[in-house]
Amino acid sequence: MNQENILAVENLVMHFGGIKALNDVTFDIKRGSVSALIGPNGAGKTTVFNCLTGFYKATGGKIQLSAGGKETSIIKVLGEPFKATDFISPASFASRLKYKMFGGSHLVNRAGLSRTFQNIRLFKEMSVIENLLVAQHMLVNRSLIAGILNTKGYKKAEEEALERAFYWLGVVDLVDSANRLAGELSYGQQRRLEIARAMCTNPEIVCLDEPAAGLNPSETEALTKMIRVLRDEHNTTVLLIEHDMGMVMDISDYIVVLDHGEVIAKGGPDDIKSNPKVIAAYLGAEEGEEVTL
Amino acid sequence: MSQAVGINFKKSSVDAFIAGLMALVLFGPIVGVVLDGYGFNAEFGRVAWIVAVVAVGRFVMSSFLQTEKGIALAFRYANSDDGVTVLPPGHKSKMIWIIPLVIAVGLLIPFIASKYVLTVIILGLIYVLLGLGLNIVVGLAGLLDLGFVGFYAIGAYGLALGYENLGLGFWSMLPIAAILAAFAGAILGFPVLRMHGDYLAIVTLGFGEIIRLILTNWASFTHGPNGVSAPLPTFFGLEFKRRSRDGETFHEFFNIPYDSAYKYMFIYIVLFAVVWAVLFIKHRLVKMPIGRAWEALREDEIACRSLGLNHVLVKLSAFMIGASTGGLAGVFFATYQGFVNPSSFTFFESALILAIVVLGGMGSTLGVVIAAFCLTVLPEMLREFAEYRVLMFGILMVVMMIWKPRGIVRVTRTGFSPKKGVVK
Repeated sequence: MNQENILAVENLVMHFGGIKALNDVTFDIKRGSVSALIGPNGAGKTTVFNCLTGFYKATGGKIQLSAGGKETSIIKVLGEPFKATDFISPASFASRLKYKMFGGSHLVNRAGLSRTFQNIRLFKEMSVIENLLVAQHMLVNRSLIAGILNTKGYKKAEEEALERAFYWLGVVDLVDSANRLAGELSYGQQRRLEIARAMCTNPEIVCLDEPAAGLNPSETEALTKMIRVLRDEHNTTVLLIEHDMGMVMDISDYIVVLDHGEVIAKGGPDDIKSNPKVIAAYLGAEEGEEVTL
Repeated sequence: MSQAVGINFKKSSVDAFIAGLMALVLFGPIVGVVLDGYGFNAEFGRVAWIVAVVAVGRFVMSSFLQTEKGIALAFRYANSDDGVTVLPPGHKSKMIWIIPLVIAVGLLIPFIASKYVLTVIILGLIYVLLGLGLNIVVGLAGLLDLGFVGFYAIGAYGLALGYENLGLGFWSMLPIAAILAAFAGAILGFPVLRMHGDYLAIVTLGFGEIIRLILTNWASFTHGPNGVSAPLPTFFGLEFKRRSRDGETFHEFFNIPYDSAYKYMFIYIVLFAVVWAVLFIKHRLVKMPIGRAWEALREDEIACRSLGLNHVLVKLSAFMIGASTGGLAGVFFATYQGFVNPSSFTFFESALILAIVVLGGMGSTLGVVIAAFCLTVLPEMLREFAEYRVLMFGILMVVMMIWKPRGIVRVTRTGFSPKKGVVK
């Protein structure tokens, strides 16, 4: 298990028919860091996210997640096609068949990576607290018999789930809205609820897809604080896509810049700010200008 | 609604006039012209009465809706379909008083009702079971299943064929049929549950038809359209027949005169108990992780996957539990009819069950129970209009979809009282 890097992306390639959305993307994310993935529109940021979280099957390359005390290959758990060698070794055949039949993006989450979405995907007709309880599906007592008979163990597990849910509601400042429908919340509250929901699955790395989109400056400020809380108090690694450069430069330890499906720069905020390639990608040819998008 | 309220009588009068005119047009030819051999008599008096009643009624209604109370009522009505509400934490349901009452009345029914009424109520309860089963699949998990009748058929034929071939009676087939139907649900479900929406609906529609066609055409096993007879339940081994080949019958054992209503009473009581058990299990399931997962899946499948829920297994569990309830209903149907044949399991039945769920309110238990009784008991009460049954049924659906698109009973969600948050 790789102690230093929680996520290692090597030569990631993603093609949609003839369109090459990602060409050879390579980067590492350090454990306990806040990293940002930036780039102009259409650079392939969300495609990288979808590959990392298992919503797209990458065309090629490797994604290695070291969380929960084990290494997980994200490409493998999504189910790969059979190879000739599988027909010789029954063990590898069985494992590939298992992932082909039961594999999928849910295994990525169970391996310790959770995500939020660019266009908020809450369970709109369920209450706020229920949204968080659903997220703890893998942590509660799922036995049908225990649930129907309402046994002690079941009650205890439910109680703990509720406590955990209220804890995260406290972190995102939504305790007063616990019994409202998720769809009734304001936009900013929905964004925060989605982060709380992602955190309820006990991830080691959380991927936030444009968390500050549509937020006003004071809400963005609060979000920045919250992301720091995630990193400092919960040892969670944060990877985010964001267009708000002020916020990105403020919180990230490490920035990966994508353009046209390729990594054009990697490094700390100061390096990126002065990188001529990045400036060119954002502003066109004019060199020497500050990135202030 | 603090605006000044004054009744505009001119508007009311115009409303009344228009309503009266429409009543005249509508009732004039129907009521006013009475055929008499080849000629006809005009009956102005009756038409005048009807038109007057309609016009006065419209006037009163129009005036009332302009008063403060009326406006409040209209306002509330206009906002009545705003969706789901979350109950405050610690909400005490009135059901605590209603349920014992319903159980008491339900237990009295077999002793006071006539045999005919009892059979109608049994049919109603069978549809309650079917509605509850489909409600899990459609209402909670959001999977449109148009072939639910297939599982119903598996339950019914399971009893009939199990008795014929293996000598299994009602009591052993009751759980086996439920398991059999769940198994069929799993076999159907596993390959198709990766699709959703319309595609799933078409595949399940096909499944229902396949089951019916197999039952019709595999004559050597199922006896085809001729059907199979199904056994009656036994009371601790005592049969409900007039005479029994082996051992005593119910009426001989208790020394009472034979009455064919006894078997219906017994079926009713068993069915009543099973329906309550299913209601209880459904009530628990909704609050359990699995029930939450079903509803979450209905809301957003992609989000579910991102939270570590295996969407195929969650759907499969909904499908299997729904199917097993359908199988139970099938067993009761077969034993109640004493005979099954494929014509009882047409697509119309699937549509009827789906109508029960939609009419009752997706995901609402109480609504489904009410709707199931409405749709099975009402046609019995309106025997004279039997030919127009499907037409009335269609009109009812259209009217419901316009006025109450979320069904008779709206879904409410439980509230949770705030706790101190702890994380481990």
